[in-house]
Amino acid sequence: MLKLDNKVALVTGSSRGIGRATVLALSRAGAAVVINYARNREAAEQLLAEVEGAGGQGLVVQADVSVYEESEKLVRASLEHFNRIDILVNNAGVNRDNLLIRMKPEEWHEVIDVNLTGTFNTTRAVMRPMLKQKSGGRIVNVASVAGIYGNSGQVNYAAAKGGVIAFTRSLAKEIGSRGITVNAVAPGFIETEMTAVLSDGLKEQALQNIPLARFGKPEDVAELILFLAAAGHYITGQVIAVDGGLVM
Amino acid sequence: MNVEEKVKAIVSEQLEVAVDSLTIETTFEEIDADSLDIVELVMALEEEFDLEISDQEIEEIKTIGDIVSFIESKV
Repeated sequence: MLKLDNKVALVTGSSRGIGRATVLALSRAGAAVVINYARNREAAEQLLAEVEGAGGQGLVVQADVSVYEESEKLVRASLEHFNRIDILVNNAGVNRDNLLIRMKPEEWHEVIDVNLTGTFNTTRAVMRPMLKQKSGGRIVNVASVAGIYGNSGQVNYAAAKGGVIAFTRSLAKEIGSRGITVNAVAPGFIETEMTAVLSDGLKEQALQNIPLARFGKPEDVAELILFLAAAGHYITGQVIAVDGGLVM
Repeated sequence: MNVEEKVKAIVSEQLEVAVDSLTIETTFEEIDADSLDIVELVMALEEEFDLEISDQEIEEIKTIGDIVSFIESKV
């Protein structure tokens, strides 16, 4: 069983979906968890209650990671409460799907700002304390198979996630010597609010291309993140798809 | 401890080199410090001396003596 006793994990965008499942998985393994949300306070508070109800430790912090100062505030609040950060999961993400020809510049920027710049912002804010701890660390970025193979209607999202993947590899090279691993997970179709809005026709079509013949659950992604956070001692700079075999 | 001794102690601790082997002329190249080592060293110095060292100032640091005179000019 994977253990994270005495470790502190910060999971961005964790009130719902994959972030939420990740908080629960890391908490069950013994980590103290920082739950971050941008807007959905109620969901974040509920998750904290669930964590504490199971005997875990947690903290809720509001911050919009697309703004650097807010990422700094998030990291500062985490350190003030728990004194250290061992694991950072950059999960906060949004999508604004549209065909390129119809995509508004705001839809492009918002997706880049949260998914890609948000990953930079929080990682940048965490790096100094993580280096000073001198005990290594784990960074897991939530990318997407769209960031590897592309997806029609998602040029913004795919570009942001592709950027996250390149960020992951570059940072892995930069700080590997300090015992900090940096990896990305690339979910395929996962049952979250983000995919709930897809049309039945599109879902049916997607299912036909998934060898495991089902959509993934947030927990399917969370268990990989847990592995990368608690084990995976010799794994860095990698992108691992969790997509039921959708792309190989 | 004067500034020079403090700087040597921090360099010794951060970069894991014997303090006796450090002189005012020791360059960071000689002790195999890479760019990330220098940034970590700067972080420790900023904390110890309660000052900020800019990226441009970091560029100019080549020897232990550079750090000592830089800090003496600031405090």
